[in-house]
Amino acid sequence: MIYNEEFETLPREALEALQFKRLRQVVDRVYHTVGFYRRKFDEAGITPEDIRSLDDLSRLPFTTKQDLRDNYPYGLFAVPMSNVIRVHASSGTTGKPTVVGYTKRDIETWAELMARSFTAAGLTKNDIIHNAYGYGLFTGGLGAHYGAEKLGASVIPMSGGSTKKQILILQDFGPTAICCTPSYALFLAETGQEMGIDMTSLRLRVGILGAEPWSERMRQEIEKKLNIMALDIYGLSEVIGPGVAMECVEGRHGLHVFEDNFVAEIIDSATGEVQPYGKPGELVFTTLTKEAFPLIRYRTSDITRLIPDACRCGRTFVRMERVSGRSDDMLIIRGVNVFPSQIESVLMEIEGLEPHYLLIVEREGSLDTLEIQVELSEQVFSDEIRGLQSLEKRITKDVKDYLGISAKVKLVEPKSLQRFEGKAQRVIDRREL
Amino acid sequence: MKVEQISIFLENKPGGLNSVTRVLRDASINIRALSLADTSDFGILRLIVDDVAKAKKVLNENGFAVGKTHVIAVEVPDKPGGLHSILELLSSENINVEYMYAFVERSGENAVIIFRFDAIEAAIELLIKGGFTVLPGEKVYGI
Repeated sequence: MIYNEEFETLPREALEALQFKRLRQVVDRVYHTVGFYRRKFDEAGITPEDIRSLDDLSRLPFTTKQDLRDNYPYGLFAVPMSNVIRVHASSGTTGKPTVVGYTKRDIETWAELMARSFTAAGLTKNDIIHNAYGYGLFTGGLGAHYGAEKLGASVIPMSGGSTKKQILILQDFGPTAICCTPSYALFLAETGQEMGIDMTSLRLRVGILGAEPWSERMRQEIEKKLNIMALDIYGLSEVIGPGVAMECVEGRHGLHVFEDNFVAEIIDSATGEVQPYGKPGELVFTTLTKEAFPLIRYRTSDITRLIPDACRCGRTFVRMERVSGRSDDMLIIRGVNVFPSQIESVLMEIEGLEPHYLLIVEREGSLDTLEIQVELSEQVFSDEIRGLQSLEKRITKDVKDYLGISAKVKLVEPKSLQRFEGKAQRVIDRREL
Repeated sequence: MKVEQISIFLENKPGGLNSVTRVLRDASINIRALSLADTSDFGILRLIVDDVAKAKKVLNENGFAVGKTHVIAVEVPDKPGGLHSILELLSSENINVEYMYAFVERSGENAVIIFRFDAIEAAIELLIKGGFTVLPGEKVYGI
């Protein structure tokens, strides 16, 4: 199902013409309204008039998270505060949060993008959406909320936390769809089971899950435990919030980037060179329609690749593959680049293991060490020492074979690792570099 | 002739064992025999209890990974060479003992040893043929 046929199925040529027209407008606008962009363009020796085709986008300088911090809180806004009707901010795990603003039209654009996303997931006005994304400065809660209302569905504004209450509402209010992070979906399933509730017989049929990297095996786990179809949604507050890209129920392979509103590029993280379709690299976004907080070539740190092939759903928008990691949570262990999601994939290849793990990186002398703590599940439990030791050896070997690093594997008791209601934190880096 | 044993995964950290025994106490479950196998990182606690199903249920509810294994309980003459006579019989038929541990209580005049074999059926047959008493589960849980 498609929410906005006119735009979502535009022939590529018309779409690219529209993107170019909008790009010229936004470049022109930021140059004349945001001091930061004018300085950056001047330094690079480029003016808005130099942008004569969509390809010329690659001549513009990048914008980074650090630029956003340097201009905290409102320095990159392109409209006066009197035209801003809402602000959101990203969680500032390192340093100050980054602040974004929305005009009335931006909020409407965003609501439509979320309504498109829900429609791509097969939802209609007849659905009841349990929204467990956090409401507040985080864009997840309100973003999904406005989209659900735009669609005309019934929204349960649950927000995060109070897991037992969430389960009560999942049982009694009969929502047909849930929005939350993948790790929270699993946590809900487990908590429900512990409470003696059959979590597979709820009315839920779809999960719109995002805000953290996850794996195909984790998707299968969630689908089995909640008896739903789990779909991936992508977004980040800097670009607009959730609803930048969404997986469609027909294709279930890659997330359609809403290209009438954003231009996606893949670059080599080290050199900044634009990569061709199909090659993995860092995802970069330029917003085409945002008024209050336009962004030019924003480096997301998310690693993925773009799939240009036509999709059976009929959308002409390019798809991005599920994010495989972030260039900034990439660990470099003894010179080898490792993403936590790669280790998760290795663990999930082992029948019976669950995706609950913690990576601890330390430095002994001049040598990095990686310890992988994995929760033991009953399916892989053996009452013989050598049975468990061979499980540890198997994990060590698989990690070595797939990723080329030596790790110490430590089995830990079930449910002993922390569960996350928002984004999962699965790495402890104790190295003092 | 088989006895059900439960096993519990424990990390090597203070309070690990303690939390198992607390759960069992609160459920009024009596431990009949136990052994603890351990490495530097983790341990496996093996237990014979008076109510296997209930013990597994309450331990699961408290978040432990619990396994169930079949073992056998054999009466051993409580005198020098008693255990040796059994092991000699088993090794003569190439039956490998995975692990074993002793019961605290005696069964009449005899001691009771819990054995875990891979070839459990063959071991039972051999022991009975060799004149040893293999105790049924119901009897063991109540010793």
